[in-house]
Amino acid sequence: MNSKDILIKVNELYKIFGDGDKNALDLVKNGMGKDELLEKSNCVLGLNNINLNVKRGKIQVVMGLSGSGKSTLIRHLNRLIEPTSGKILFNNKNILNLSPKELIQFRQNNMSMVFQKFALFPHKTVLQNVGYGLAIQNISKDEWSEKAQKWIKRVGLDGYETYYPGQLSGGMQQRVGLARALATDAEILLMDEAFSALDPLIRSEMQNILLDLQSELHKTIIFITHDLDEALKIGDRIAILRDGSMVQDSDPQEIIMNPADEYVSDFIKDINRARVIQARSIMTPTKTKSSGATVKEDMVLEDILQIMSDAPSKPVTIINSKGKITGKIEMVNLIEGMKRPKSLGTNITG
Amino acid sequence: MDWFYNFPDMSRSDLREFKKTVDFAFTDFSRTYGQGIEEFFEPLLMFLVWFEKLFINTPWPIIIFSILLLAWIGSRSILIVVGTFLSFMLIGYFGMWEDTMSTLAIILVATFLCIAIGIPLGIAMARSNKVQAAIVPVLDVMQTIPSFVYLIPVVMLLGIGKVPGLIAVCIYAIPPIVRLTNLGIRLVDKDVLEAADSFGANYWQKLLGVQMPLALPTIFAGVNQTIMMALAMVVIASMIGVKGLGLPVLRAISNQYLALGLMNGLAIVILAIIFDRVTQKFGLRMQKYRNEDKD
Repeated sequence: MNSKDILIKVNELYKIFGDGDKNALDLVKNGMGKDELLEKSNCVLGLNNINLNVKRGKIQVVMGLSGSGKSTLIRHLNRLIEPTSGKILFNNKNILNLSPKELIQFRQNNMSMVFQKFALFPHKTVLQNVGYGLAIQNISKDEWSEKAQKWIKRVGLDGYETYYPGQLSGGMQQRVGLARALATDAEILLMDEAFSALDPLIRSEMQNILLDLQSELHKTIIFITHDLDEALKIGDRIAILRDGSMVQDSDPQEIIMNPADEYVSDFIKDINRARVIQARSIMTPTKTKSSGATVKEDMVLEDILQIMSDAPSKPVTIINSKGKITGKIEMVNLIEGMKRPKSLGTNITG
Repeated sequence: MDWFYNFPDMSRSDLREFKKTVDFAFTDFSRTYGQGIEEFFEPLLMFLVWFEKLFINTPWPIIIFSILLLAWIGSRSILIVVGTFLSFMLIGYFGMWEDTMSTLAIILVATFLCIAIGIPLGIAMARSNKVQAAIVPVLDVMQTIPSFVYLIPVVMLLGIGKVPGLIAVCIYAIPPIVRLTNLGIRLVDKDVLEAADSFGANYWQKLLGVQMPLALPTIFAGVNQTIMMALAMVVIASMIGVKGLGLPVLRAISNQYLALGLMNGLAIVILAIIFDRVTQKFGLRMQKYRNEDKD
């Protein structure tokens, strides 16, 4: 991995809540778990030795159940929460060394955030909400309202500028939240369960809006969620947290094909494998053309099955985005791929 | 077993000595500094006299018109404006115009002073738990101590007149505005503050742009309470020389003039109701964004 591509680097980050025991950090570093620590020193272990590299222009998903520390982690990146120990590098500069003034500058220019409960300003109009990040930088009203206007239009809220957040539906409110975060032109977008509070249809719509924007803007996005389908849909990379520790951090396909442990297996057991696993994850590498049809390597198994059902005995040829042949898939591979891995158990009904 | 039935108290002569010491100490203090303190408040006194004269000497139609205008700006309610008009006509007709104007003048000055001191104090309390812990007991004492008790040192220091009256009214009326400013700011949604933080807002931007506007309805409830308490204090303040509607009430009590007491008492009630309705409506209008329906 080229180190130039990495925009944010989190290094041995620890967070222990509570002011109980001064030795709590040492205890954790020597391997004490969350429950034991709470019992022994009355401290809550928030984050335990987190290492994370976020690539420039990619969507890094951080996943975990509630209480796993994912919201704590994202709040360290803009220092809404201060760590107990560790480093957070942005462009190779440790943001934990920023003075209060520099921190304010950093938040204004480099990072913006979208919140689970929207956290819009109820007393400000949509226009004022979207322009907030610019207005506090002492930019003239004409300038910020013009930019805000542009983003309101971009998220499809034309004509709602003078409305108050309380007059909008949840989905519309989060569009305002998204526009507010985008309006500052920050390079990094922190999204804390941004779509979790929305109902499924609106959530899917918002995910599409985000992907659509991302294909154009190429922001570096850290996206927190507890929903695997959402993670698989938008993540370029997925990190899974459990009790404040990082369990797995890898390519989405890798998580499904090789879950690191029981916890991750649990996460993925209910997904529709045929709809998320891509050809490249199960193909047999080869450079020669096979007898069947030709498909792209990011095609999901469900679609390949559709193609292969016409001629089940003929293996399909897999090509990459540049059109080069990279492998083949036979019917057996397809069945093997859709089957749950052994570690997930053989219980059909479960 | 004598100590069991009789409280082991201080001997009578000791107690007398103790009281004398305190009294003498304070008398000495007021003799030495009374003059200076009085001079310090001289501009305030001048202002109070001028302000009261302004109310009394301005022709009554102009006063009524200004009051109706303010009532309309505050409440935007025809009903309240008409009610205000009738109330003031009635007050004037029963010969209480001048007293009402005096009361109005001192209430307005007292309210203004309470807001000017109370809101910054409330902000300081909201900012730091230590400041809150220090101020809350003081407010508790101010609200529970019988008003007559703190009238004594005030009168000893400043004598009888408008300024000590104003101070007494302010001591009594300031706690609600301080408490509710503090409460209002502390109740502002943490998520919203976090959002402001995440965009790099500094302390003052958060205070003036987010916390104060969102706390305004609560703060306004405090202003409303402060005005009500100031009005309630008018009668007691008249005991130390504040002119206005309280004075006739006091006279009525000592001479058992039922009609005089009732008339002036009711005039105070009318003022209270008008102030209350107008400020409440104004407070409601300030949080319009909370009440507007989706469409």
